[in-house]
Amino acid sequence: MKLKKGIPVIDQGDRLGFWGGKFGGNFVPETLKKPIEDLEIQFNKLKNDRNFIKERDEYFKNWIGTPTRFIKLNNLTKHVGGAQIWSKVVSDANGGAHKIYNATVHCLLAKRSGKKVIIGDTGAGYAGKMLSMAAKKFGLKCKIFMGAKDIKRQQPNVKAMKKNGADVIPVYSGSQTLVDAVSECMRFWVANCDTTAMCVGSTVGPAIFVRICGWSTSQISRELKVQLINEFGEVPKKLKLYNCVGGGSSSFGFWNEFMDYDKKQVEFIGVEAGGPSKSKRHAAPLTYGSKIGILHGAAQYVNQNSDGQIEETESISAGLDYPGISPLHCFLKDTKRARYTAASDEEALKAYQIVTKYENLRPSLEPSHAFSVAIKEAKKLSKNTIVVINSCGDAYKDRGILEKKLGKKYVKSN
Amino acid sequence: MLNPISLAFKKAKNEKRPALLTYTVAGDSSKKQSLEILKAISNYADILEVGIPHNTPVADGGQIQTSAYRSIKNGIKMNDIFKIVSDFKKSKNSKPVIFMGYYNMIFQYGENNFLKKCKKSGVNGLIVVDLPWPENKIFSKKCKKNSINFIQLLSPTTSNKRLKSITKDSHDMIYYISMLSTTGGKLKVSPKKILANYNRIKKISPKKNCVIGFGITEKTISNFKNTDGLVVGSQICKEITRSLNNRQNPVINVSKMVSKLRKKIS
Repeated sequence: MKLKKGIPVIDQGDRLGFWGGKFGGNFVPETLKKPIEDLEIQFNKLKNDRNFIKERDEYFKNWIGTPTRFIKLNNLTKHVGGAQIWSKVVSDANGGAHKIYNATVHCLLAKRSGKKVIIGDTGAGYAGKMLSMAAKKFGLKCKIFMGAKDIKRQQPNVKAMKKNGADVIPVYSGSQTLVDAVSECMRFWVANCDTTAMCVGSTVGPAIFVRICGWSTSQISRELKVQLINEFGEVPKKLKLYNCVGGGSSSFGFWNEFMDYDKKQVEFIGVEAGGPSKSKRHAAPLTYGSKIGILHGAAQYVNQNSDGQIEETESISAGLDYPGISPLHCFLKDTKRARYTAASDEEALKAYQIVTKYENLRPSLEPSHAFSVAIKEAKKLSKNTIVVINSCGDAYKDRGILEKKLGKKYVKSN
Repeated sequence: MLNPISLAFKKAKNEKRPALLTYTVAGDSSKKQSLEILKAISNYADILEVGIPHNTPVADGGQIQTSAYRSIKNGIKMNDIFKIVSDFKKSKNSKPVIFMGYYNMIFQYGENNFLKKCKKSGVNGLIVVDLPWPENKIFSKKCKKNSINFIQLLSPTTSNKRLKSITKDSHDMIYYISMLSTTGGKLKVSPKKILANYNRIKKISPKKNCVIGFGITEKTISNFKNTDGLVVGSQICKEITRSLNNRQNPVINVSKMVSKLRKKIS
């Protein structure tokens, strides 16, 4: 299995949508074949259409607010003592997370195809919140499917979705988390695909959704590359990019522009959710060697039992609480372009405490996983190594959990 | 010699009625009971679809999901499901059995192992909900080699061009999904329109036995008397749930329901 140079990774799938011949594909009911094919034709055309890109960039700039900041974490660097620690503050984006890029692109596509309704899934609530924002902006009706357990633990985002006029539909089946929300969303699309557009909230699902999402979040690394060159005059000789990985949309977007660099120069480190340290359950299929299976229309490494039933996951961060992983990341793992590891709930919480103690930055529980590993590894690295962590979400949505786990002092008033 | 599935269609045709296909989830509500249900409804149904429960189904509505989760919760495993079929096949009056499920269950078992086991237990056909054409080309050929019918699905969104390719690659039976819906949805399209699509398929592929499924219930079934076959699934699953909730015997209730369904198309 080989990564090709000079071709965007999202376009390296084969005719049937498989990366490396075995990840991804389209394991969908017959009914969805046609709407998926329509979306493929539309996206393949528009992604090379100058006017469409111009339109996208205008919304990205004037509405999402690109570029997001690239900042040095001086105090943290000093505290850790080792590599220089920087952060790409993607949570600066309108709405507070990277999910806005994919949501905006899906709404642009839906609008062009004349759809009046857009539906989406959400775990942490960011994908749902952003889709509800974008839908409102583009005048589309919006329905968000969310696990009942996640609705309870991510109330601030639920409120935001409702305020934006979206219907939030609780999903009570299975583990009542993201995996069930995605299933329910796909089921709704099966029944309504003639009038409704679907946005999958991460680089998961049938191949076209993986591609659209990866294409959208790649905005992050496009900005970062420019910012690195502005700061250092070049892409640094030793650069390490840390990102949390749930479905894998922010990490893929954070890395995409650097894909063709040698990994000795630009290393990608994906941090999965290891779950509570005392629990056997986790949401880290790459780290813990889960087998290939089919989930939500795509072949991928996925937590499952020997029969093929998808296993329940456990993580403090709703955004990473997913048993599968993007086919893109399976591909990057097997081609050895990226390295994957996991952080436990406790490690993520500790990292959150350290970051907020030293810096004026409040990464949500998802990027706190990445901070945990980055801090640990930065200690052992030389001063001329540049460590960048994608702070892809803001902790505002986690205030309930943080208050419960760490006490009130960690939760600021906004 | 005709294979058991085609034979079942032929028998029904001789009686000038569509074949009745039922769908129940293996292991619902227990291994023993689901076997009893199969035996009981076998008196009225022509072909039995046996659902392989899966916990992330992307095309099933609430009724079938409830049955599937109930069965998984009771600890059903793939080997138990094969056992249910082989036990059923040993009973008198046993009818052709079609497995219906999601591809991951087959993938984890290994395609070849799965087919070997199907053959051994007496499974006659397979419907794999999330393995559409052309992704299913290789697997459907393997099925044919093992004399197992791979049943292709067609839906209202299937274009004529696609329809021709799919039917060309299909075996003796094809399955038309009546409307854009998950299983168990209310019939939201007029029977006339469904039959028009059905006839479109029959015109392209007159020799294949084409069944209609999704939205077929006691209320709607008599609208479709002039077809090759009809599938009732969610209503049966719902009846199992209802019986359990009312502390009644699902075997008796489901059997009554299927007998009624049969009368309505006879």
